Amino acid sequence: MQPTIRSATLNRRTFLTASAAVAAAGCSANKNPWLFFTQDEAQTLAAICDQIIPTDEDPGAAWAGVVTYIDRQLTRHFKEHQKTYREGLAATERLAGGDFFNLAQEKQLAQLQKMEKAKDTGPFFSLVVAHTMQGYYGSPRHGGNRDYTSWRMLGVPASPARGRS
Amino acid sequence: MKKVNAVVIGAGAGGGVVAKELSTGGLSVVLLERGKWLTANDCRKDDLRNQRSSILGNSAGPEDEGNPRVVVDLQGRERVVAPSQGGYSNNAACVGGGTLTYGAMAWRFLPKDFRMKSTYGALEGSTLDDWPISYDDLEPYYEKAEWEIGVSGDDSNNIFKGPRRKPLPMPPLPPEREHGILQAGAEKLKLHPFHIPMLRNSIPYNGRAACMRCRWCVGFACEVNAKCGTQNTVVPTALATGNCELRTGAMVKEIQLDEQGRATGVTYFDSDGHLQEQPADIVIVAACAIESARLLLNSKHRLHPNGLGNRNDWVGRNLQGHTYTGAIGYFEQTIYDDVGPGSSIAVCDYNHGTPGLRGGGALCNEFIRLPIQFLGFMPPGIPRWGKAHKDAMRKFYTHTIAVQGPTQEMPFFDSRVQVDANVKDKWGIPVARLSGDKHPHTLEIGRAMADRAADWLRASGAVEVWKKLPGRGTSGGQHQAGTCRMGNDPKTSVVNRNCQIHDVDNVFVADGSVHVTNGGFNPVLTIMANAYRVSEHIVKTWQGTRFRS
Repeated sequence: MQPTIRSATLNRRTFLTASAAVAAAGCSANKNPWLFFTQDEAQTLAAICDQIIPTDEDPGAAWAGVVTYIDRQLTRHFKEHQKTYREGLAATERLAGGDFFNLAQEKQLAQLQKMEKAKDTGPFFSLVVAHTMQGYYGSPRHGGNRDYTSWRMLGVPASPARGRS
Repeated sequence: MKKVNAVVIGAGAGGGVVAKELSTGGLSVVLLERGKWLTANDCRKDDLRNQRSSILGNSAGPEDEGNPRVVVDLQGRERVVAPSQGGYSNNAACVGGGTLTYGAMAWRFLPKDFRMKSTYGALEGSTLDDWPISYDDLEPYYEKAEWEIGVSGDDSNNIFKGPRRKPLPMPPLPPEREHGILQAGAEKLKLHPFHIPMLRNSIPYNGRAACMRCRWCVGFACEVNAKCGTQNTVVPTALATGNCELRTGAMVKEIQLDEQGRATGVTYFDSDGHLQEQPADIVIVAACAIESARLLLNSKHRLHPNGLGNRNDWVGRNLQGHTYTGAIGYFEQTIYDDVGPGSSIAVCDYNHGTPGLRGGGALCNEFIRLPIQFLGFMPPGIPRWGKAHKDAMRKFYTHTIAVQGPTQEMPFFDSRVQVDANVKDKWGIPVARLSGDKHPHTLEIGRAMADRAADWLRASGAVEVWKKLPGRGTSGGQHQAGTCRMGNDPKTSVVNRNCQIHDVDNVFVADGSVHVTNGGFNPVLTIMANAYRVSEHIVKTWQGTRFRS
């Protein structure tokens, strides 16, 4: 079972509690529930995704399961991007002084705007933007767009999905 | 393997028709298809993995593993790309080929589309030419394709079309909201709007159901089998004759020739990866423009050291698809009505006759857009992420109409398919290498078509309009054509008017490869019609060992 992230406005402690609770519901409380990410990486990425598609009157990217979408595909169709994510998330933490997730919203935004323009972190950030859009606006069958949240937001009726869901 | 009269390579638009016509004509046929036989049951409504949006791969082949191509960009840089990646120019690999998942527009080219050089004169830097056949030569076969495979629509208001003897067999689908809005705008501009002919059942036809108007259309197999492709029409008919055997998972390696340079059959890898030999009296190549050229180039022989039919270096040349240009309009009222297939209204007022332009293209409203696809339709100036992007998605998604069309390309000799010297596919066969550009006039026409689309949207009430402009580089994709040109002069073409390779009389090409020019339209009905025409020639002239001259 994949963990879901309730909201990126959660603080660090509640995020960890939430994902630990999901993990515990599986079998082992110590087991990292992600396929590719470490727990810390998943949390950093959730915060980045929530700047890309923020929470407002409609849910943001993290709630919609975008981290789950990216995590799954990094072990499937996006294997070639594993290194970019590992290094990009480490750079994000470094630039944030070690705790991007708990930076104030405005500071997160300012850092990402800088990263977008920088030569070394720009490609990583562009990749996260593309993948976040896919996870948020694409089919729920891949772990994102939870409860058809983006389709509801846009006014597109959900439709029954045949085959693997 | 037992020798047969004909081996057909590729079960798509062209090959499916040929297999049916030859087997009903009494010839024994083996139909080889590299992909699988997918059906309506394989319809997966996955907007990230289909033939239109292949972010997570293609749903109707080929698989990403083991099927690379080499793409050379305008700066001469080479990349090895997988089928789902940009630049690969993929169509499909399955029974039905592109017809399983297409949008299914069923265009007849216009009479002038077959006489581009006579109409406009030679164009410097382009291999623009006339077809060796005319619209009138093809007309009976267009009709046959429309009635046998099944077309709905109503082009009676299209005053630019060539003469047709019979109307379409099915009426158009009832119009969706965009249709009415654009109809009014077109009338204001004194254009001639009509219902696009579509290879889609609007009423029960050929034992299959009518379209249920869902949004999962272009790019997907149809859940209710209302889209008419070769996989649910001519291929089953061919198999029912008892004269045709379909082998899927069969990848052809090369065409075999005897000492005199006549074809004796093909070698292919079967679905278990074993190399097999299929002897045949006649070989028909219908693997799509890129793969057909690749196969001919890989079929080297003492008498054809540069590949079959390639004595004058024309195989693989003139690769073209379509430059799609147009405009998107924002409307104050809600446009989105969730009624598929979405595309339904077109004008042909701009295909020909615009001063200063050598052609043009049909303009149509675009197929229904899934949210993920709409990301590519957003207006310029919107930040690509953040709150402003989310706001824009909410504002524009249900309030836009896109009008666009396939610009007829000016054939470009250096837009080409070669075989790569180093990269091989999973069977060890050298892969296609794509390189080249578009003729500058193609871009000029494309920009003019975008202007016309913008005018139409404004006349229809759009309050904000932005354009989709053409880009450079080779085109191909699902409309790929041109690589084995049909012509009367062996020095400047690959096949003759019967689509026989000039100096190998028992090898035919029956797909978009033979198109001299590719019209300002989706080419599939022309591929089907020409396949009927070529098949009739084969059945009429084949005498067991030789062709009657």
